[in-house]
Amino acid sequence: MAADLLRSLLRRPAGMISACLLLLLYGAALFAPFLSPTIPSAQDLSRTYHPPTALVWQNGQLSVRLYRLVDPSTATYEPLADQATPLHWFSHGPAYKFFWLIPSTRHLFTVSSPATIYLLGSDATGRDVFTRLLYGAGISLSIGLIGVALTSFLGLTIGGLAGYLGGWPDTLAMRLTEFLMAVPGLYLLLALRAALSSRFPSDATFLLIVVILSALGWAGTARVVRGLVLSLRERPFILAANVIGQRPWTILFRHLLPNTFSYLIVAATLSVPGYILGEAALSFLGLGIQEPSSSWGLMLGQAQDIKIFMLNFWWLLTPGLAIILTVIAFNLLGDALRDAVDPRFRLPGK
Amino acid sequence: MIPFILRRLTTLVPMLLAVTLLVFILMSLAPGDFLTPVKAQRDINPALIAELQKSFGLDRPWYQQYALWLGNVLHLDFGYSWTYKVPVAQLIAQRAPATILLSITSLLLAWTLAIPLAVLAAARPGGWIDRLTSAAAYFALAIPEFFLALLAVWMAARTGWFPIGGLTSLDHDFLSPASQFLDIAHHLILPTLVLGLGGVAGTLRVLRANVLDVLQAEYITAARAKGLSEKVVLFRHVLRNALNPLLSTIGYAFAGLLSGSLLVENVMNYPGLGRLVYEAFIREDQFVVLGSVVVACSLLIVGNLLSDLALAWSDPRVRYGR
Repeated sequence: MAADLLRSLLRRPAGMISACLLLLLYGAALFAPFLSPTIPSAQDLSRTYHPPTALVWQNGQLSVRLYRLVDPSTATYEPLADQATPLHWFSHGPAYKFFWLIPSTRHLFTVSSPATIYLLGSDATGRDVFTRLLYGAGISLSIGLIGVALTSFLGLTIGGLAGYLGGWPDTLAMRLTEFLMAVPGLYLLLALRAALSSRFPSDATFLLIVVILSALGWAGTARVVRGLVLSLRERPFILAANVIGQRPWTILFRHLLPNTFSYLIVAATLSVPGYILGEAALSFLGLGIQEPSSSWGLMLGQAQDIKIFMLNFWWLLTPGLAIILTVIAFNLLGDALRDAVDPRFRLPGK
Repeated sequence: MIPFILRRLTTLVPMLLAVTLLVFILMSLAPGDFLTPVKAQRDINPALIAELQKSFGLDRPWYQQYALWLGNVLHLDFGYSWTYKVPVAQLIAQRAPATILLSITSLLLAWTLAIPLAVLAAARPGGWIDRLTSAAAYFALAIPEFFLALLAVWMAARTGWFPIGGLTSLDHDFLSPASQFLDIAHHLILPTLVLGLGGVAGTLRVLRANVLDVLQAEYITAARAKGLSEKVVLFRHVLRNALNPLLSTIGYAFAGLLSGSLLVENVMNYPGLGRLVYEAFIREDQFVVLGSVVVACSLLIVGNLLSDLALAWSDPRVRYGR
């Protein structure tokens, strides 16, 4: 069934394009330390707000143009005519750990110091925006996946139990979901974040954000799963399972919930953007990922500086483009998946 | 109709109790309180701090504080803001109208743009209007509100066509009423565009699907058969039926607008409820947070109520039932 789904998904142009794009993004996030020319915390205070460096073809090699600081107060840089330094491929650079385990110093490309390569310019402390964008991708993108996994689990369990058991567990669960859906989400998010902030070390904020986002996000999934279970449990195959005396838990977990999976896959894909945007919003407000880690929302938060607006440091807004691209890709994939699974969400077996 | 409204308003009470209780517990879990910065100053007499703590009830456990606060609210006393040095009710009365104004203009923008576009798009599925609008909707739904707000501020700063933030100009008080109105409108344009764009896209997608659904109905075939022009069919018969499901979602749209305005207000320096609540959270100004949450939730419930009334008005089949 999974292979069928994948095949019919990849046959649609929208599905194909979005799947490739997401593969590319997640690949870039996974291999961020290798793909980036430096490490995200490397500062260069003599090259703040450096514009993106131009790439030129010189002496048969791809090279980086050199720049001269003209006016430090407005961070104006001027390219030096006909001066460039070649890129070194697969060369040694700052040390990092692959997958947090394997120490390595190889980078896809570097330039020999004192020159630096800023594909997307540098920020207020001279850090490479391109490197921080790649490292930030790891955090922003994985929050989406982990959050959705948690939410799907919560929604499936609570919605399934509520629909199957009925009675007071159902009423309780439904009142809870109504409450969660009726309160402005960001207000609750703020309150939860404020309450839990300093009880965790800064590394754990990442997990904390995921947990908070999913704790607020499961309501929609739970309601739909409950609805599906309610209608499924009157179907002949469930009645048959009842008649042959299967235990309620077996019926719920073996027969009812697996039949909601095709809905769940689509809903999960379509709700990934919500988590990515939620993390970005929190980090943007300064309540999410903290320095020295980087995330797209945090980078945009740091770009909220009047200097940036007046002096045209447009490259500091590139994380916004990354967010838009990811969200569009997930929405396209979700819509393509929905068409592939079933145009009208008909329940399987009907 | 009046019993219906009253019944709906009574659901406000348990909801507000639950939300404020939750916020109260969460805020008491957070380390420190609004007196922490005062305590950190060396030249302040500990006796004074103890007295302040006592007068704000901070020396008692959280459930007693909550009961105290609840009792005060029943007397319409929302407490005192420590950071702004004014009563909370006064503070909120200053800020809430700005947020309500922004929400209403955004909702109006969303509807006035989305309704004609959705009908035109659904009238010819796959036509160029349909393709263009759905591509634009994809894009609009993917832009985070705060990023759009940043871009808007950037544009305003570089071109100077719009004010960079705020609700009024410095000389607002000295203007004639007509120019005061224009001044506020000028300041509202960018926040409304930023906040309304996502709404346009969301409404467009839902409404297009509804219109397509209604177009299948037999009464539409009947309307065409009796020779009505396509314009009358679309805008009188199809649209009025397709709007109904949308009317019932205004309440949830309002929840989204409140969350969205929190971000947009902070980026665009707009003096509304969202910025107030954010700053109060940061400074742990407890009573301001609680008061704003109460007002925000009440706004939501009233929004839901209004959308139900609008639905009953537009669709005679809907009764003020249970």
